[in-house]
Amino acid sequence: MLNRKTIILAVISILVVGLLGTSLSVAATSHEDELSGELEIFSWWAGDEGPALQALIDLYEEKYPDVEVINATVTGGSGVNAKAVLKTRMLGGNPPDSFQVHAGQELIGTWVTADRMEDLTFLFKEEGWMDAFPDELIDLISTEEGIWSVPITIHRSNVMWYIPDNLDEWGIEVPNSWDEFLEIAPELEENGVTPLALGQNWTVNHLWESVALDVLGPDKWEALWEGELAFNSEEGVAVWEKLDEIMEYVNDDYSSLSWQQATDLVVEGDAAFNVMGDWAAGYMDTTLELEPKEGFGWAASPGTEGEFMLLSDSFGLPKGAPNRENTIAFLKLLGSKEGSDTFNPLKGSISPRLDSDLSKYSVYSQSAAEDFSSDRLVGSLAHGAVANEGFMNAFADVMEIFLDSRDPERAANAAQAIAKQNGIQ
Amino acid sequence: MLKELDWGKVVIYTALLLFALIYIMPIYMTIITALKHPANISLATAWQPPGDINWGSFAEAYKKLGPNFMNSVYLTVSATIISAIIGSLNGYVFSKWKFPGNEIVFTLVLFGMFIPYQIILIPLFRVLRQLGLYGGIPGLALAHIVYGIPITSLIFRNFYARIPESMIESAQMDGAGFFGIYRRIMLPLSIPGFVVVIIWQFTQIWNEFLWGITLTGHSANPITVGLAQLAGGQAVNWNLPMAGSLLAALPVLLIYIFMGRYFIKGLLAGSVKG
Amino acid sequence: MKFNSDKTVALMMLLPSLILIGIFVYGFIGQTVYVSLTDWGQGAALAENPEINLIGLKNYGELFSGFLNSRFRQDLVNAIFYTVFLVSGALGIGLILAILLDRGPKGESVFRTIFLYPMSLSFIVTGTIWRWLLAPRGGVNKLPELVGLPGFGFRWLNSRRSILNFNWQNLPQITAIVVGGVFLFIAFRQWRRGLKNKGLFSLIPTGILFLWAFWGARFTPEILPTPEQHGFNLAAIGIIITAIWQYSGYTMALYLAGLRGISEDLREAARLDGANQFQYYFNVAIPILKPMTMSAIIILAHISLKMFALIFAMTGPDNAQTSHPAVLMYLTTFRANNFAKGAAIAVVLFLLVAVFIVPYLISAYRERRA
Repeated sequence: MLNRKTIILAVISILVVGLLGTSLSVAATSHEDELSGELEIFSWWAGDEGPALQALIDLYEEKYPDVEVINATVTGGSGVNAKAVLKTRMLGGNPPDSFQVHAGQELIGTWVTADRMEDLTFLFKEEGWMDAFPDELIDLISTEEGIWSVPITIHRSNVMWYIPDNLDEWGIEVPNSWDEFLEIAPELEENGVTPLALGQNWTVNHLWESVALDVLGPDKWEALWEGELAFNSEEGVAVWEKLDEIMEYVNDDYSSLSWQQATDLVVEGDAAFNVMGDWAAGYMDTTLELEPKEGFGWAASPGTEGEFMLLSDSFGLPKGAPNRENTIAFLKLLGSKEGSDTFNPLKGSISPRLDSDLSKYSVYSQSAAEDFSSDRLVGSLAHGAVANEGFMNAFADVMEIFLDSRDPERAANAAQAIAKQNGIQ
Repeated sequence: MLKELDWGKVVIYTALLLFALIYIMPIYMTIITALKHPANISLATAWQPPGDINWGSFAEAYKKLGPNFMNSVYLTVSATIISAIIGSLNGYVFSKWKFPGNEIVFTLVLFGMFIPYQIILIPLFRVLRQLGLYGGIPGLALAHIVYGIPITSLIFRNFYARIPESMIESAQMDGAGFFGIYRRIMLPLSIPGFVVVIIWQFTQIWNEFLWGITLTGHSANPITVGLAQLAGGQAVNWNLPMAGSLLAALPVLLIYIFMGRYFIKGLLAGSVKG
Repeated sequence: MKFNSDKTVALMMLLPSLILIGIFVYGFIGQTVYVSLTDWGQGAALAENPEINLIGLKNYGELFSGFLNSRFRQDLVNAIFYTVFLVSGALGIGLILAILLDRGPKGESVFRTIFLYPMSLSFIVTGTIWRWLLAPRGGVNKLPELVGLPGFGFRWLNSRRSILNFNWQNLPQITAIVVGGVFLFIAFRQWRRGLKNKGLFSLIPTGILFLWAFWGARFTPEILPTPEQHGFNLAAIGIIITAIWQYSGYTMALYLAGLRGISEDLREAARLDGANQFQYYFNVAIPILKPMTMSAIIILAHISLKMFALIFAMTGPDNAQTSHPAVLMYLTTFRANNFAKGAAIAVVLFLLVAVFIVPYLISAYRERRA
């Protein structure tokens, strides 16, 4: 009897020991002149954006062959999964060496406030980045205490897309304001064309910010986030009223479409216009193989000509990063002209640097880069620049309240309430 | 009589075929989408078979999912076997070695099934790190084993409940102890129970995503994480994730196809008495 | 002697599981309850040592009666509908399939595999596929067009219509009536069993609750300042269909096993009694399947909690029409950094499950004792 007992116990303990014994060991780093060890980069770039990141990593490995780069991408769940994993790791005391974060309040409101980031002012001075990036962008990643991340991409949020041939056929021009849009919309609808293609919920937030920029103008848009203009002020309500009018002319199945499917509606001639960030250019250009300018056209979203609503991906240096030296080398590469011009043409974004080599970029990106260097720059709400994560999360619910009730007053009041709750107003 | 029988058969076969059609529809859509070229995929033509077949999606998906695939195999096989063993021992104790408060303890264990997985992410991560198990497959396996205890114990307990007490008693007369009875009586009768538990746990662990991505480092990511990478990003070529889903589902599908018969037998054996 | 030492061995074998469950389930629940009573989520929530203060039940109060938390209330209502429809749908369809297969058709194993395979897929995969199938301008809605009929126009995942609406302000009264009804039922049963005094005693809470609900409630303050309608959102139908598609194979297998377990003698006896097929299933077989139904309910209720991934894949994080408290909890915790409120949602969700499961566990316990 004892024998069998022992055997069974032995088998179980072998299984358990085997299970416990194979835990991961962490490689140690040395701080020699030649960098070595590991570098773990945390991002949500995969799929079509994967190759851009890979090119950057290849460049890094070429320069520092002894460093093993771990490309830790977390995707899915509209970006929420990446946040969940990153926050769990940070709270559990296991920060990655560097992580992707939207420049602006997503960085500052969450991570800088929590004292989790290292000040990078020294790097900006050393590398001469104070002049390489536009001032508005540096403001976005700074507080009075320091500069907190290195921007790598610029995307534009306020872009309206269309198919030039279709517009000719229907005999319409690109509207210069939302009022002009509302004038031509009824006729389009009579002809069986959806005036504006829209996708699932976050794309409505995206539309909201373009409408707000038209209704409020850049100064009042910024005043909103400085707490100087109330969300339920007359102007604040006017934004929702305008959105309410526009919503009469969108496809009624919007909440079940991805942004690509909304773009498809425009491409297939079922809809006239679509407001989407300029990653849509990459989709039409590369995936759908349309010719920029002839095959698909773009303009600033109505009433925002001369204004560039931006969002920017950036990387910072978390306190307690296991391989600090390797990370600093990585950040230097990110901010450099070489790194930026390797990454952005593949990603379909433009470089945050004002001196990038435009010949490497697509036709669309060249035009965007031109606007970027001359336009008034403002931050995007839907993509983490102007408001903290608490507000952004609650704003999705405010949008639901609006879509459900279609009551501008009520939505504006709810927006004001969440602004108060999240320390904006 | 004969006529009535035929009519009944017509109804049965029509109903079965109709149901089968509905059940197959999604997989048909997946396969044809996987075989299309990215530019030909649109909602309007989703039902049409691909004109020009693109096998490339499968090759590319296979290349990208390869390493994750093996991680999932190690994870799922080890965690499934261990949790089946633990579940069978627990079920044995709960059904045949009743102690005071037996029912209450069992109910408390069972309740563990209903804990929302998202909320325990932070404490789970911390505990695994303190145990030095964060980052690798063993830590993830441990999580699956622990949270598999309620359901595996439940299945085995119901399963063993049907084994008559008289068999246990006569074995005890013969001098068999706890392990003796387990090995000589319970284990030989347990095979169908193991099939049910293995199918269930294998499916759950193979398909789990949130823990996989949170509790493992990059090199130990299971296949669901790789699959999410395929579909991630802002612009999506739908053929690739569809091909990836088919590849990722293949091992579990094979298990269902080959073990389906035993699954029903196992459920039958385990549920004669609830 | 021998017996006792074996009993010790038995308990020793159980002990590791109990310790693990103690830590990983009850320890974590305890921690979650504690977090839910704090204000963790203000300002620097992600600091290394965030400042955390106990604030009592404030988070719960906000969830149930705060102006900005209407989404939570809708999600809670959704969760109940999801559970009820998933459980009843999967049981019903599983039973139909099992009876069809029990007739022993040709190609039975092929059909069985077809009905069972959806269970092998992950929610992420099924969610993606079904989102395509239920897209308003494609998929299922286009099927009739393939044979020349006009397509459907149903907005599977994005309908904004809802039915069975009620005003959240009336929730206390509704709860009082339901609980009062339960006491009334208990009183009725006791009275039938001849326990007249006990029965009358059970009528007292019924009376108090009904009195309050129909008359006294007008004197108590409203839980919300304005009326707020919640009900069953039709957009959730698409998600429910998907979940039923995925799990009806499991109930089919369970019921088929049960039907196969019915002895030939019993079938023969029913036949000799002159029962036709329909009567056989309805009067003989289905009552025998009760234990399967019970264990299927537990499994399905547990699945309905895990619908998180399915909802995420089908309608995304911000679609309040189809949302679920588990989704909201994930967003509140990890997107809004409001760890305390996320924990409060988790606790409510857990209690909700308890309300559904505990009566089952008690009845199962009683049956075993009997």
